[in-house]
Amino acid sequence: MEEEWDEDGPEVVKRFMYVNRKAPYGTVYALEMLEKVLISAAFEQDVHVVFMDDGVYQLKKEQETKAVNMKNFSPTFRALEGYDVEKLYVEKESLEARGLTVDDLVVPVEVLGAKELGELMSKQEVILTA
Amino acid sequence: MLLHTVNKSPFERNSLESCLRVAEDGAGVLLIEDGVYAAMDNTQVSDLIKKRMGNVKFYVLGPDVDARGLGNQSMIDGVESVDYAGFVDLVEKHSATQSWV
Amino acid sequence: MKIGILVNEGPFQHQASDTAYLFAKAALEKGHEIYRVFFYYDGVNNANKLSEPQADDRDLVKLWSALAEEHKVDLVVCVAAALRRGIKDDILAPGFRISGLGQLIESGIQSDRQITFGD
Repeated sequence: MEEEWDEDGPEVVKRFMYVNRKAPYGTVYALEMLEKVLISAAFEQDVHVVFMDDGVYQLKKEQETKAVNMKNFSPTFRALEGYDVEKLYVEKESLEARGLTVDDLVVPVEVLGAKELGELMSKQEVILTA
Repeated sequence: MLLHTVNKSPFERNSLESCLRVAEDGAGVLLIEDGVYAAMDNTQVSDLIKKRMGNVKFYVLGPDVDARGLGNQSMIDGVESVDYAGFVDLVEKHSATQSWV
Repeated sequence: MKIGILVNEGPFQHQASDTAYLFAKAALEKGHEIYRVFFYYDGVNNANKLSEPQADDRDLVKLWSALAEEHKVDLVVCVAAALRRGIKDDILAPGFRISGLGQLIESGIQSDRQITFGD
């Protein structure tokens, strides 16, 4: 029996944005949001992942979680590219407020000012947030 | 144009602040749940809304205002109260919704 | 209009589930279609039939079940989030079903509007 692949891709492609605003580990939102992003990669949608406010901390290098008995999931951000999730954005104001630069982050990102982020957000069709 | 919802108090969280930093001109901002406290005039944070009153349309969910006993407090001028049916209309009227939790 | 709803919080702890329910009810009364309500994070606890609120308080689990029954609303609980929180088939309230995260993405694709209720 032939597999029912759609050679031209999915019927509907929407602009999805995932907005991460929470720090990792203190709550589960960061981890379960990442699981959502990975699943959505399989649906071949136009995925944008945004980190702002404390969400920028999810990307911080050198996370060592053994002593708090939790899984360190920050390496998974590096794997996103392999899933064709390449549009990662960080809000400039959030980085600066926290004394961070892109060199502190585990993965390459595009830095957007609040206004540019607002413009990008206004073009999205589905916005999922936590 | 997006609809932005904010459901946390501006005294507890920076959600409204972040929302207003990012929300584009012409967007709608609907305050719900604990977010309605931001709609009250004469508080330390009333300026958050006043500063963007000219270029963002502000709404507040009436039932949440009433639940919190704020009905008789003065709301910031220009904030429009809606009920759940009005909430649905706002979602329909805007292109997508971003929830600032 | 077809609306997709995401509920990120459990009943009673946060207002999210209440607001989502009242929003859904208003949308249905206006003649809109709720494509799916997807429960994620602690939202999966809205499906727990063992919930027993006080007699004079609203019963959110039953309210969601009634919405499913009266309006054929699809209530989906994320399997991974559910397993973490011990929500399994044998304690699922009527009207809820357990399925994968893909159902949320599909809701975003198929709905005209997708909205999140959380904390």
